[in-house]
Amino acid sequence: MQIPYTVTARPDTGVYNAKLGVWLFLASEVMLFGALFSSYILLRVGAPTWPHGYELLNVPLATFNTVVLITSSITMVMSWASLMVKDFRKYRIYMGSTFLLGLVFLIVKAFEYGAKFGLGIYPAENTFYAIYFTLTGLHGLHVVGGMIVNAYFWGPGSKMWHTDPVRFTNRVEVAGLYWHFVDLVWIFLFPSLYLL
Amino acid sequence: MANVATAHHDTAHHQEEELGFWRKYVFSIDHKVIGLQYMFTALVFLFLGFTLMMLMRWQLAYPGEPLPGEIFIGLPAVIGVALLLIGRWQRKLTSLIGMIFLGLAGLVWYMVTDEVLMPGGVMLPELYNSFGAMHGTIMVFLGVVPLAVGAFGNYLVPLQIGAPDMAFPKLNATSYWSYFLGGVTMLVSFFVPGGAANSGWTSYAPLSVIATQGQTLWLIGMIFLITSSLLGSVNFIVTIIQLRAAGMTFMRLPFFVWAQFITSFLLLLAFPPLEAAGIMQLLDRVVGTSFFMPSGLVVSGQALPYAGGGSPLLWQHLFWFLAHPEVYVLILPAMGIVAEVIANNTRKPLWGYKSMVYAAIFLGFMSFIVWAHHMFMTGMGTVISTFFQTTTMIISIPSVIILTALVISLWGGSIRFSVPMLFALAFLPMFGIGGLTGLPLGLAPTDIHLHDTYYVIGHFHYVVAPGTIFALFAGLYYWFPKVTGRQMNETLGRIHFIGSFICMNVIFMPMFIQGLAGVSRRLYDGGAQYSHAQGVLYLNEVMSVGAWALGVFQLFFIFNFFWSIKKGKEAKENPWDATTLEWATPTPPPHGNFLTLPEVHRGPYEYSVPGHDRDFVPQHVDGQLRSTKTQKV
Amino acid sequence: MDQTQTIDFKKHVRTYIAVFVALMALTVVTVAVSYLHLPITAAVVVALIIAGVKGSLVASYFMHLISERKLIYWTLALTFIFFLALMLLPLGSESDKIVN
Repeated sequence: MQIPYTVTARPDTGVYNAKLGVWLFLASEVMLFGALFSSYILLRVGAPTWPHGYELLNVPLATFNTVVLITSSITMVMSWASLMVKDFRKYRIYMGSTFLLGLVFLIVKAFEYGAKFGLGIYPAENTFYAIYFTLTGLHGLHVVGGMIVNAYFWGPGSKMWHTDPVRFTNRVEVAGLYWHFVDLVWIFLFPSLYLL
Repeated sequence: MANVATAHHDTAHHQEEELGFWRKYVFSIDHKVIGLQYMFTALVFLFLGFTLMMLMRWQLAYPGEPLPGEIFIGLPAVIGVALLLIGRWQRKLTSLIGMIFLGLAGLVWYMVTDEVLMPGGVMLPELYNSFGAMHGTIMVFLGVVPLAVGAFGNYLVPLQIGAPDMAFPKLNATSYWSYFLGGVTMLVSFFVPGGAANSGWTSYAPLSVIATQGQTLWLIGMIFLITSSLLGSVNFIVTIIQLRAAGMTFMRLPFFVWAQFITSFLLLLAFPPLEAAGIMQLLDRVVGTSFFMPSGLVVSGQALPYAGGGSPLLWQHLFWFLAHPEVYVLILPAMGIVAEVIANNTRKPLWGYKSMVYAAIFLGFMSFIVWAHHMFMTGMGTVISTFFQTTTMIISIPSVIILTALVISLWGGSIRFSVPMLFALAFLPMFGIGGLTGLPLGLAPTDIHLHDTYYVIGHFHYVVAPGTIFALFAGLYYWFPKVTGRQMNETLGRIHFIGSFICMNVIFMPMFIQGLAGVSRRLYDGGAQYSHAQGVLYLNEVMSVGAWALGVFQLFFIFNFFWSIKKGKEAKENPWDATTLEWATPTPPPHGNFLTLPEVHRGPYEYSVPGHDRDFVPQHVDGQLRSTKTQKV
Repeated sequence: MDQTQTIDFKKHVRTYIAVFVALMALTVVTVAVSYLHLPITAAVVVALIIAGVKGSLVASYFMHLISERKLIYWTLALTFIFFLALMLLPLGSESDKIVN
């Protein structure tokens, strides 16, 4: 029993199943982070005073992290493009780089959190820190999830390149869409929390 | 795109037999098995949620009197033991049902004999609140939606669109098991110190934040359930868009599929904010953040150890952002089922199919921007209140269009009063009452008097109980022969229907009277301590008797359902002479559904088409006039 | 874009690099602007505009939205409408309050 359009696109919609699936999933993620952004707005507007992000958080470090994540996005799209021109070696280099850049991002984040915890500042401190830790924490969990998927496609999952290259390329494309979305969330998170 | 699955039904069986018991029946990735798993689990939870209500209604009818263990423990225990005895030499299924009844008896026994929850067998307010919160949670999230979407949707959508399975079968299984885990979490919460969640199914902060342990488990359970729904909705949308058979255009889809399609969009986009809110409430409870905790809260003379600065209203906004579309998730699949049953049992096409489809799409869209009509009493200003009143009034229009189209569909029909049709017909006025009583709630001036009274409970139960649940019964009786190859017993079905119909009205109609008199909801004594309630207190006993009688009538259904699986009258493959694609498969449909994927040539309700010798033309039959045989696919 | 067709690889790579450079530049701009300590409304508007441009670049070119079919585009448009509702309506209820 074969499920149609798992690899080839359906003519009238122009997509294969997993691509539509991941875009729908990303739509739900927009609403998930949207709810947290909405909470941030409501809490901030309702508060008598609210600190500026740059007063309390490490802007240079977060700027560095922004650069890291954007770079990881380009390495991710290059890894897919490499598969499209059948360059498996280049794919592994780019996918590996994406993973490593993600790791750098998380290490910097861990350092940031550690600095706060070292000062005795935890999410319960006030609503500013509550929303900061929750938004960046949930985003961080999404980075971890993406890294697990990327690691799988770099390692054991890459065997599929030899048996079903088109399907594998699609899988990498879908993983890429998710990863770009994680980058996109950060693009909004960074100014909202750190710069305003 | 023809896709030959297998040549013979037997070969399909043989392929399946290569899978072990666990892969075939427990961790199956076949949408039909998963659909039945959802159905069975959801029916158990509906049963549990119903039992909680029957227990609550004892307290409401006879406040302060000890619960009669002989009835509430004894009756299910006796039934359970009887079924187990029968099952020992009959069937595993009978034994399983017996164990569920016994389990229920055990649960009630545990609570009644617990001196903390029910000292002397008398229900404490805390336990009453627990039952209330869990009744709502279980019915909505563990019962009705999994049955309407997880069971009916999963089983029927691939069949009705001519697909071999859902787009992502393994994801489908993941959805089910996530639901199962969520359900288990909710069940476990009954046994932790302090009992299950007791802050309403709405879990308003700050009460829910300082509530007992059960609330934490409620939040964790909800995260499992929301994950299940999100994965499921992705699956449904991709399946309906991508896997429609050749010739199955969107406007040839059965209305049931449209309903599931729109429902999935609601689940996809409305659930995530509740997931975020659930995470935030968990953090408030476990880590001590103040997302929903305002400054300066004092409980029993003690200041709470929270930084403050949070907003209880934030919780309400995020909760209702989901919970309003959720009620359309409850009703849309039901309307879909009713549409199928009515078209089939009037032997004519649905009137206004296109209007129904556009109305349903508009309904889905509007459902996202009406939510604060649940919050009129929170101090919002007139501008924003007017906005939400307006959108709420507007959203009643598509519901009316759909209901009117269904009613007009009866005109000139050759009506067959089968058991599914009885339930489908009853749905119409019952949903009508539910909908109409919603109007004063959607307008702020009248809502001032009616908010949080029994009027609200009457309103939404009319829509969900003799509304949605009747539609689900219609669906169960209607599609039973396709799944099992047998018919359910008609006489028992009619008794079930008449009894349920009368009892539903006996239970819920008096609620409007009590609400108008000012009786608040969530009162563990049913209003006994309020002078303004004295005149309508007698209705509590009336409603309770109605509730228990309703329980008795469900026994007819439970017996009929499980007995007919093996002993029902044998049915042919299309016993209702229906037009939609699910009836074109063998009974039960094999793995892969269709021996060759069908090609669709016409709309879904070609009944009584002039020029044909039969009064129906199935969707896949090649369209020539005066065709004398239905093509077996 | 699921077939292994020959693509104009170099052209695509040039686009990706151009987008990358633009994203870096905009990152510098948004951080620089924050040092100006603009009044809060202006700061929010500017930050959102810059983030919006950056996000659109990522979506359009890295995620290939610009060459995707209407189906995806309309799903996202619908999502965005509800996202706006979630942002603006609770805010509306908070700012338009009955004050004693």
